[in-house]
Amino acid sequence: MASTPETEGQKPKHRPIVRIGIFIIAHSFIVSVVCCTAGVLALLLLPVLAKKTYVSENALMPGSAIPMITDQDVSGANNFINELTSLNSKSQSLNIEIPRLIALHMANLGGEVSYHMFQNQPNKFHPLHFFTSTDTEANNVNQTCESYATNTVGIIRAPRGDGKECIVLVTPYNPVNLSPNETLSLGIAYSVFSLLTQVSWLAKDIIWLAADSQHGQYNSVAAWLKDYHTPSFGGSGKLHDDECHISNDIIATEVSDTLRRAGTMAAALVIKVTNTGEAGEQDALNIYAEASNGQMPNLDLINVVSYLAVHGQGLRVQVDKLVSLLDSTWLKFIGEVFETVGKIARSVNPQWKFGISVKEYVEGSATLVSSLYNQALGVPTGSHGAFRDYQVDAITMEISPKLLSNSKGRQTELLFRGGRLVEGVIRSVNNLLEKFHQSFFLYLLTSSNKFVSVGVYMIAFLLLVAPLPVLAASLFSDTIKSYVKSEKNEPFKSWRWLYPTKTVFLVYLWGAIVSLLPYFIYQIPDSQPTSRLLIWASLSLFILIVLGSFFRARSAEWALLKSVTVSSAFVGLCLMSVINFATAEIGALLLVPMCLMTKPWRVAGKVQSALNLVLVIIGFPGATFFVVKSVFGFENGSSLVEFWYWVESLWAWNSATYIYICMVHIPCWVLCIYILLHPC
Amino acid sequence: MSRFLSISILLLFVLYVSSESAGEEEFTEELLFRPLPDRKVLSHFHFESRAPPTNSYGHHHRLFPKAIYQLVHKYRIKQMELSFTQGRWNYDSWGGFDPIASSNAKPPGVELWAVFDVPPDQVDASWKNLTHTLSGLFCASINFLESSTAYSAPDWSFRSLSGNLRYGSLPREAVCTENLTPWLKLLPCRDKSGLSSLMNRPSIYSGFYHSQRLHLTSDEFDPVALNGIVLEQTLTIVLQPDSLETHPSFSGSRKLQPSWSMSSLFGKTVDGKCALAKSSNVYVQLEGSLVYNMKNTWNSIDSYEGDSNFGFTVSPDRMMKEINSVDKEGYSIIYGFSINNDHSSKPFDLGFWWKLPVTWSCVKAPLRVSRFLMGSGNEKGAIALSLQSTEWSQSLLKADNDGEKCNLRVDVFQLVPWYIKVYYHTTKIYVDGASQSLGDIIEKMSVSPSEDKVSPGVMEMILRLPCDMKSASLTLEFDKGFLHIDEYPPDANQGFDIPSAIISYPDFQTRLQYKLDTTSIKSPMVSKMQERRTILSYTEVLLVPLTTPDFSMPYNVITITCTVFALYFGSLLNALRRRVGEEERLRKSKDKSTGKLRLLLSKLSAKLRGKPWEPPSSTPPSSSSKFISTKVVIKIILIAAIAFGWQYYDG
Repeated sequence: MASTPETEGQKPKHRPIVRIGIFIIAHSFIVSVVCCTAGVLALLLLPVLAKKTYVSENALMPGSAIPMITDQDVSGANNFINELTSLNSKSQSLNIEIPRLIALHMANLGGEVSYHMFQNQPNKFHPLHFFTSTDTEANNVNQTCESYATNTVGIIRAPRGDGKECIVLVTPYNPVNLSPNETLSLGIAYSVFSLLTQVSWLAKDIIWLAADSQHGQYNSVAAWLKDYHTPSFGGSGKLHDDECHISNDIIATEVSDTLRRAGTMAAALVIKVTNTGEAGEQDALNIYAEASNGQMPNLDLINVVSYLAVHGQGLRVQVDKLVSLLDSTWLKFIGEVFETVGKIARSVNPQWKFGISVKEYVEGSATLVSSLYNQALGVPTGSHGAFRDYQVDAITMEISPKLLSNSKGRQTELLFRGGRLVEGVIRSVNNLLEKFHQSFFLYLLTSSNKFVSVGVYMIAFLLLVAPLPVLAASLFSDTIKSYVKSEKNEPFKSWRWLYPTKTVFLVYLWGAIVSLLPYFIYQIPDSQPTSRLLIWASLSLFILIVLGSFFRARSAEWALLKSVTVSSAFVGLCLMSVINFATAEIGALLLVPMCLMTKPWRVAGKVQSALNLVLVIIGFPGATFFVVKSVFGFENGSSLVEFWYWVESLWAWNSATYIYICMVHIPCWVLCIYILLHPC
Repeated sequence: MSRFLSISILLLFVLYVSSESAGEEEFTEELLFRPLPDRKVLSHFHFESRAPPTNSYGHHHRLFPKAIYQLVHKYRIKQMELSFTQGRWNYDSWGGFDPIASSNAKPPGVELWAVFDVPPDQVDASWKNLTHTLSGLFCASINFLESSTAYSAPDWSFRSLSGNLRYGSLPREAVCTENLTPWLKLLPCRDKSGLSSLMNRPSIYSGFYHSQRLHLTSDEFDPVALNGIVLEQTLTIVLQPDSLETHPSFSGSRKLQPSWSMSSLFGKTVDGKCALAKSSNVYVQLEGSLVYNMKNTWNSIDSYEGDSNFGFTVSPDRMMKEINSVDKEGYSIIYGFSINNDHSSKPFDLGFWWKLPVTWSCVKAPLRVSRFLMGSGNEKGAIALSLQSTEWSQSLLKADNDGEKCNLRVDVFQLVPWYIKVYYHTTKIYVDGASQSLGDIIEKMSVSPSEDKVSPGVMEMILRLPCDMKSASLTLEFDKGFLHIDEYPPDANQGFDIPSAIISYPDFQTRLQYKLDTTSIKSPMVSKMQERRTILSYTEVLLVPLTTPDFSMPYNVITITCTVFALYFGSLLNALRRRVGEEERLRKSKDKSTGKLRLLLSKLSAKLRGKPWEPPSSTPPSSSSKFISTKVVIKIILIAAIAFGWQYYDG
């Protein structure tokens, strides 16, 4: 409508909004440059724009009660730790003895104990159930009892509660190789459990899951959650061989093999202790929150934990950050620029609280980058990720003591601190009448007490993506204009855009096929990662050539082709931003310049062609992977193998990023190359 | 004087005769203690008031509460039970088979059922009025049961009396002293004297289970009224006696059970019986398995003496032994203490202590029942009912080993609110992990599906489970519905409750028969225990998270709708009433008579419109057709710079 040229003397007057549209399309180049720059700038500004967190739900009331954990609870935990350590050094069949010991202690404290036995479910690529939960097929190959892992589950029934809701505590441990850190985390959970069996204020039941992580920390929790929420009553899923069950000869009391339940889960806390070895003046608490596909728990949960850790226990709260960014000079430079701008702004009007110090900025952006990357990857950062699949808010609290000496006093102090922290969090969540809904679910963290909400970070993405439709429209209208100019005698065919669309569609189809290929590659037995990767690449290339030759696409005009490519990239990015924003953001950073710049090398100048080449090379996912790795300095192992494992982890975790890469990113990249090599 | 005397004698005689013919009003108070295996103590208060039939006794009562009498008469109630419960009955460790567990274990919140003696078309109206009356009487929101979405009329699974029965429950109702006070007002002595004076609020509400029940039976409206109205008020509390060692250590299971006394449990003692009570008794019940486990250290069971496992601070007045025990191994014993002749100078404080450690377990219900939700997400889910065999059903198998296939009958009654849309055709039954066809297991099933905003879904089922099964599960799938925005409760984000299902085992009758010794007086509680009754158990209340709207949404919706409407109507009106030719003409005529300012303005507006300006006068059109000429840009930058500099140096 807007594109029909107005050559008549008396132009029909358009509505203002249409006129603005026409104007923007006519100046698409400036618009693109301005928008892209503004988008990148907005992204860089995010640490500056981050707001302080606040506890949004009033009912949580963190820290309003005095911690009740007593010496008795902690000394009990100390005894428990000692027993675990002595058992660890003595006994042979640890994967039976340790769960039994934990169960005995849980029962003695007054909990309702049950075992949950599960088998390792290897992560397999199921292309057809990508977003659905895979039903466990009857793949019970006759396995020995050693292949079963045993989660020990203790439940405290709230004395006056109605049992509709529960709070879950998870302590992963490996019975085969029990480390001192794991015993400490078990000890913390023990002290809390011991306290909670006696308190009268519980409104929600408490579940302590001592997760047997010999098949992986995530798997044990996921297996338990699966049986909790979607048990299979059919025989195939059940354990029918009785000899695998742990005999209850020591404790004749009620340890049931059937899974005990306790209502809808309100929140879950994963407790871990690590020994980072870095000597700080304070004990630190690391919070991990990212679940699959960039889903985050409610911000209130993180707020409560960090509030209690900082104000109650004097812990230093950290969120995962990209350490190598801390020393980067260019980030410091940008930080300095922002700082001076902020200073000037403040001197103009003291009320403009804009700008932060360089150190803050650099740390904020390092955290932000790590937060973006973890969300974009779509792989959970810990076993809390399993809870998010069932809409349960969960985080991992990793306590790293400043120096883990073996002295008794240090251990007791740590038990006290951890116990009080966990108790405080449980007490807050226990106060909650409703589920977490008050605070944000879509946010990026720039530090443990600062966040960027969706309303702010969306701007950067929108600015980045905005030039795409403008460019597409502009290219289309230009083509029509040039067509009309050149051959006036022949009427313009409005379906001309269909030919390039066919090409684009074919390439996208190819992308879909490529994304399914790994399933067939896995059927090849005994292949190395490198060979698998090569097979994948060569097969993809072959299919591309075959598709190209079969459906001999009429060589369309490159401008129209670019127009369609750009619009498809726009649609793909927008769709992805709904599923996983961080992926879309990073994808847009790579795709948008490439799509905007690409031009056949015969038409473009030398400089632009060179730039295009660089962009195209960087734009390929593998190349991006290596570039990022070398820039940030993670070097381990052969790079090809590593890339294969990286991709493998994506589909193993059902990450939507994999679909995005195969079905949006790579087709766009191929189309850009096609345009670049277009023979005009 | 003699005349007065004779009149009074006559009066007395008349009174005596009338009481002889129709019975007296009666009030009895009783309290039962029972040690529980998990170091807790069950206290069960039982108050019974009887009013003789109206046709023989009249309308005026000395003891019987008037409120209840009027309630019965106004709504023609045959039978009614109201319970307020806090906490959950632990079927595993407190037992599920004995009469007390099976009649006093109630679902959390409020449960009300009533049978009316009215024509079927008036039952609903009576029920609605009854809920309002009870709501006022007991300071609780029982009136929420008035809505037809909240109650149902079970046909046959809940109680055998059908037709005029209505059943409803409110799982979320909080129970507190405001409900207890009106309940106590129904007692003739309130809590001023007698056993009810033990009810110290902080101690009875700090227990592990608290259930306050009111049961009403009347045969007032029968042609031949015999009993009149019987009001039975019970309060069941599970308390943890304070013991010195709060921490059970490694060998905790073999420790001495905590000793307790009335004053340690309640913080109060009994000063004497309620003067209006016919009898006032305290009992201590020891379960069969406990007695059996103590046998080896116990020489002569028949006499309570010093050589037993335990001791009382007050020696019992009588002892009753169970006969025809269901539990083959042991029989339960009740020790009775009467506080009739106690004087207020010497308060009655019954204490109980253990001498040797002992462990035992209660008689459990035939099956352990648990109900849970399956699935995740806001779209759909499933309710699963899992039934697991206990020792009891194992022993049953041994007993009935006479060749033919033994079956266990289980009745299920489940009420589901309408916004949980249960698909009853998706019912699946698994026995021991194998899927079974419904016909093999279900003997009878009647389902009334829910109707949106009108009635809840009701499912009644008779299952025949094989005795030798270990576990059975029943699943039903459902879709989560949507509520209208003003139907959400204030705390909608908590989720929505599915009331407890009721599981009953009609094959089993719980009954404790005691051999009454000659000295014992008639005790309503003990006779209640001797009645045959079906074993009932309640499942957990479930919490279903439903999709909740953002409750600030209406505001947003109003804003956006108004914007859309404004845009639509604006452009519509614009398109309708605009005449382009006329405008053009008007502008041209205007241009002729325009001043310098007007000229400038029209020039600017034309520029803004991006359209070459046609000059009204002979001045040539401006050469720049650009939207923003460089001059304008420079001007703007200049002004901005001046403003900025001014701010900078001035501020």
